[in-house]
Amino acid sequence: MSEITSQTLTELVKNIKQKKISSEETTKAFIERGDKSKILNSYITEDYSSALSKAKNFDNKPNFDFKLPGIPIAVKDLFCTNGVKTTAGSKILSNFVPTYESTVTQNIWNEGAILLGKLNCDEFAMGSSNETSFFGNVQSPIHKNLVPGGSSGGSASALAANLTPITIGTDTGGSIRQPASFTGTVGLKPTYGSCSRYGIVAFASSLDQAGPMSKDVKDCALLYEIISTYDEKDSTSIDFKRNKYSNELSNDIKGKKIGIPKEYRVDGMPKEIEDLWTKGIEYAKDCGAEIIEISLPHTNYALSAYYIVAPAEASSNLARYDGVKYGFRSKGENLIDMYEKTRSEGFGAEVQRRIMIGTYVLSSGYYDAYYLKAQKVRRLIKNDFDEVYKKVDAILTPSTPSSAFKIGEKTNDPISMYLNDIFTVPVNLAGLPAISIPAGVDAKGYPLGLQIIGKAFDEQNILDIAYAMEEKIAFKNKITDWWIK
Amino acid sequence: MTINLKTIKHISKLSRISVDDKKAKKLEGDLNLIFEFIEKLNELDTDKIEPLTSIAETTLKFRTDEVKSKDIRNQILKNSPEKNEDFFVVPKVVE
Repeated sequence: MSEITSQTLTELVKNIKQKKISSEETTKAFIERGDKSKILNSYITEDYSSALSKAKNFDNKPNFDFKLPGIPIAVKDLFCTNGVKTTAGSKILSNFVPTYESTVTQNIWNEGAILLGKLNCDEFAMGSSNETSFFGNVQSPIHKNLVPGGSSGGSASALAANLTPITIGTDTGGSIRQPASFTGTVGLKPTYGSCSRYGIVAFASSLDQAGPMSKDVKDCALLYEIISTYDEKDSTSIDFKRNKYSNELSNDIKGKKIGIPKEYRVDGMPKEIEDLWTKGIEYAKDCGAEIIEISLPHTNYALSAYYIVAPAEASSNLARYDGVKYGFRSKGENLIDMYEKTRSEGFGAEVQRRIMIGTYVLSSGYYDAYYLKAQKVRRLIKNDFDEVYKKVDAILTPSTPSSAFKIGEKTNDPISMYLNDIFTVPVNLAGLPAISIPAGVDAKGYPLGLQIIGKAFDEQNILDIAYAMEEKIAFKNKITDWWIK
Repeated sequence: MTINLKTIKHISKLSRISVDDKKAKKLEGDLNLIFEFIEKLNELDTDKIEPLTSIAETTLKFRTDEVKSKDIRNQILKNSPEKNEDFFVVPKVVE
């Protein structure tokens, strides 16, 4: 049996069910490794002592019918956890303790999982490198001083560094898929309405979705099956027939039609990404899929539309942070002064920038020119996908336009940072599911991912394609444990 | 369209975020870059396009409006920066 922390979720569940290892041993192993890995800064809040006592309780009265029997899991600090501090990576929520539990996390505790702690992320999930967190940068276990991606950067780092067997992130414009791609892990952004948004700190409500991050596709299917439930507490939750995704997972994708959108061949794309994509197409063919050239003509406008829609919704969602009922408060001479100082000191620069953009595009006289225009372009982008899905079952693209970059490399140029999400953002605007799987490395040895985009509610199909391709690609993540002395 | 310092001050007021001159200057530069990027959308003729207001496009379900959480007043007040008995305290608003 391999070391506990390097096992996949599926292996851990099997070993616990066969009583080869206990929940306590498993939990201890992840805690010990977490203690040796503090330099990565993956955690904002550790909940280790509570995790250990829950693990002991599980071992005393085990229930092996659970899908996650006594499995310790750390989650992104954007999910509200009852009684455990939830910060969203922000100073303004740095002392906030929720009185309720998010539906997605409740779903995993209901299957026997145990909370290890809360993972670092960009402030309010606004960022692509985990550098906007009030709690500091996260380092990628791939290489020293390398960003893990963002906004679910702590989740990706902890997962790739074997500090948690699986994790959950959130994806508003690529925040699961881009960090998964940067760290050689698997990340699924589900169809909008598939996972409940109840209890997740809101960023852009029409785009936000929670999703699984894992070491392989099988684990991803299992975790997705657990977290995707209809929830009346989220008015946009959709009641559709959900599969037993992990049981039904199949690597037989013969005859599936996979589209290759020519617009994703962007100017200045590194040759390595181009080559990876070409290799990906070959792998898909080897699996028996049929490759079809397609066009998504409005792709080039997605990022611009996103940077209207997302900040607009954010400015509205973040209006609630006023220093009155919870969170950080600054002293002011009067009520308005208190609001203004609280928000100026409580939010970081990127969040303030986005609130300002959002406020401006929604302000009197500009709504039609910006917000309404963006919603119309959003329709065009969705129509592009609807059109191609008459001909293909799924779409294959690179996950990101480059591999991971150095900490500090892009912090002074917001546009170059935003361009990271060029391949992931259209999916959020159209509400579709997409998965990123590791598919190779660049010349520096940094992982690169491929993205498979599906039709709405067709997660099983993209999981199957990912499962088949994963087998052909046979990617091995090379983590040297450079940070452990 | 260019965003000037006056506009920045106006947005900062609407956003309830105080900005000093140095921060306003920085925001002016950043926002102009970002809006230049955003205005790419003007290349598209969208006159006849319906705006996409909800991606799910389903009708909202009804449910009974009932209180489900019990006795959480103290827990909620615990998160407040300043409280007095059962109330949140804010700076004086009435002279």
